[in-house]
Amino acid sequence: MDIEFTKEDENFRLEVRDFIDKNFPQNIKDIDKRTDLTRDDMFSWHKALYKKGWIAPHWPKEYGGTGWNITQRYIWDQECANAGTTPLIPFGLTMLGPVIIGFGNDNQKDWVLKGILSGEDWWCQGYSEPGAGSDLASLRTKAEKIGDHYVVNGHKIWTTLAQFADWMFCLVRTNSDGKPQEGISFLLIDMKSEGIEVKPIITMDGGHEVNEVFLEDVKVPVENLVGEENMGWTIAKYLLGNERTGIAGVARSKKAIERLKEIAGSEYIDGKNLINDSDFVRKISELEVDLTALEYTELRTLAKESKGEGAGAESSILKIKGTEIQQRITELTVEAIGHYSNPYLVPAFERQGSNYLTIGPDYSHGAAQNYFSTRKTSIYGGSNEIQKNIIAKMVLGL
Amino acid sequence: MDFSFSEEQTLLRNTIQSFVQDNYDFDKRREIIQSEEGIKKENWQQFAELGLLGAPFSEEDGGMGFGSVETMIVAEEFGKGLVVEPYIQTIVTCGGFLRRSNPAQREKYIPGIISGEDIWAFAYAEPQGRYNLNDLTTTAILDGDEYTVNGYKCVVSGAPWANKLIVSVRTSGDQRDKEGISLLIIEKNSDGVSLRDYPTVDGSRASEITFENVKVSKDNLIGEEGKSADLLELVVDETIAAVCSEAVGAMAILNDATVEYCKTRKQFGQPIGKFQVLQHRMVDMFMQYEQSVSMTYMVNLKLEEDYPERRKAASGAKVQIAKAAKFIGQSAVQLHGGMGMTDELNVGHYFKRLSMIENVFGNIDHHLKQYSLAD
Repeated sequence: MDIEFTKEDENFRLEVRDFIDKNFPQNIKDIDKRTDLTRDDMFSWHKALYKKGWIAPHWPKEYGGTGWNITQRYIWDQECANAGTTPLIPFGLTMLGPVIIGFGNDNQKDWVLKGILSGEDWWCQGYSEPGAGSDLASLRTKAEKIGDHYVVNGHKIWTTLAQFADWMFCLVRTNSDGKPQEGISFLLIDMKSEGIEVKPIITMDGGHEVNEVFLEDVKVPVENLVGEENMGWTIAKYLLGNERTGIAGVARSKKAIERLKEIAGSEYIDGKNLINDSDFVRKISELEVDLTALEYTELRTLAKESKGEGAGAESSILKIKGTEIQQRITELTVEAIGHYSNPYLVPAFERQGSNYLTIGPDYSHGAAQNYFSTRKTSIYGGSNEIQKNIIAKMVLGL
Repeated sequence: MDFSFSEEQTLLRNTIQSFVQDNYDFDKRREIIQSEEGIKKENWQQFAELGLLGAPFSEEDGGMGFGSVETMIVAEEFGKGLVVEPYIQTIVTCGGFLRRSNPAQREKYIPGIISGEDIWAFAYAEPQGRYNLNDLTTTAILDGDEYTVNGYKCVVSGAPWANKLIVSVRTSGDQRDKEGISLLIIEKNSDGVSLRDYPTVDGSRASEITFENVKVSKDNLIGEEGKSADLLELVVDETIAAVCSEAVGAMAILNDATVEYCKTRKQFGQPIGKFQVLQHRMVDMFMQYEQSVSMTYMVNLKLEEDYPERRKAASGAKVQIAKAAKFIGQSAVQLHGGMGMTDELNVGHYFKRLSMIENVFGNIDHHLKQYSLAD
């Protein structure tokens, strides 16, 4: 047992740092990462990583992974967070990729993985429905097999970035008899298909990230079925397990706490800096202790995973604690900013060409929106309450 | 980066597990803590035979040369059995000072520890000092070759069983100065040392110790006079790491017991573990436990680091462990209902030990402050 970095690890860190420095696109370095990114912006970093062969560190090497050990992955995450690189879109890389590697046929492995790695195909996730949120297995979007096609009818919701997507991986009902879990299939649907309509949902922070997707008589070739018909639930659970391990966001939370401290160092309370106020500092310290614990919990999970022991349901803890900490950071950031967290800042793309005056210090911009928006993290990916149900059942055997 | 245990470490764990299994079931422990002595000397001798008492000492000093991971394993398994023999006090704390003492002292004192002959206690706390290790009114004044020690130490854990003490004293400076702190080895039976022994709430024993014109040879000074604040902090951090490990062991037992109980206890026609409100409470207990394991690994792996990393590691770990100890202890009692309140169930005993661990060497408030000051 040790947490030393070897000479090779340190060399790797330098290599990574140098690569990020030279290749992270300059044009997205200094703009507001939350509100101002276009589709091309979001993919420019992806493309640089693809070119280098570093786009999928958590995939097996033979499918385009990097073959890094957990220390190297840890260093990679740290360096990306420190450099403030834009997060990669997870739907292909984190969610679908491992599913195709585990359940896809050779043909799917070829075209799907290729498109994910290159960034040519943008994927979105068709899971939730108006009547199927936490109770996902009650989903009703129906796929009927007619000849060599499935004909899909239904209504998906909370589909993140569907407005940009080329493809959707989608849970559909192929059988209504028996247990609801046993009649679900996993389909790959071309978003350009006839009968698909995407409608934006504006969230309370003013952003357009999620959508409704309506499917009316959408024809999907049978070869776009992943795995067997009616085994979609097994695949969905596998996917959620993978999603959980990536969701802790430790390195980025560390960076965000650093930023929070800087803000507290610029704000004043009773003539001294907020960072010297013992009440406020105590809150930051508690958060840091929590984050350190999560960091080591994640490392323990990764270590287990890398030995092929599987992350297991324990990894739900990473989702719960990780999102709680992210939320707490955004909350404390708003608290630190005080008065200037209140002005609503119109996103840059809406104010172009106008003489829009910004109000308050730079670091106040978007802080409240970020706080509002981050409430979603304990809801998506299986709400934190569902994660607790998973631990209760799978780990504690209750 | 590696979180696996070596074969030898696993073997060590198995050895202690079987000791605890054979010698520390609920009834046997009760017999021990209710006995006049309060510990079982045969157990201590068995520790000596198993080599546990020599664990952290160098091979040169006759020990096993083990590191903090081995100490973590021992303490964790002892925590599972609520072992009362003063292993951490003697081996980790006092042993921690002695390992760093001069050759003559090492030669004189370490063999007696390894053989099981001597039990040591660390007298540092004073009523006015709360958790500040440097807040000392106990003084030692050098005259010729002898110190004269006067003062008072409170709640000295394990002192009733000890024959030797390590005492933090002020040799110069003001009451809370970092400068002027020294460490002295004092034989418990020295003239002028008087003890009032008593039980503690967790089934252990402690003493109030008064030093009245106690004469101590200059040879008994550990380290340099007046310069021991850093050593004091280092060894206390090592002790915190061990205590965290002990707590993790105790928490594991409480969590298992609680889940087991909720699977069998029936109300409203079903096992109470079927109720989601209780399930989520147990999941919270589980998460607190996992986070505590993580922090315990972390602190044990960071003891070699310098300020401020070690300070942050130890204080951070103590904060997490204290929070978890409180939450898991209280929740275990709550979920066991009335039975959790009884003396006949082990739950209350683990809760009491964890409650003491919460504030030993500093509570949450103290360590949060230490943590933020270390920036």
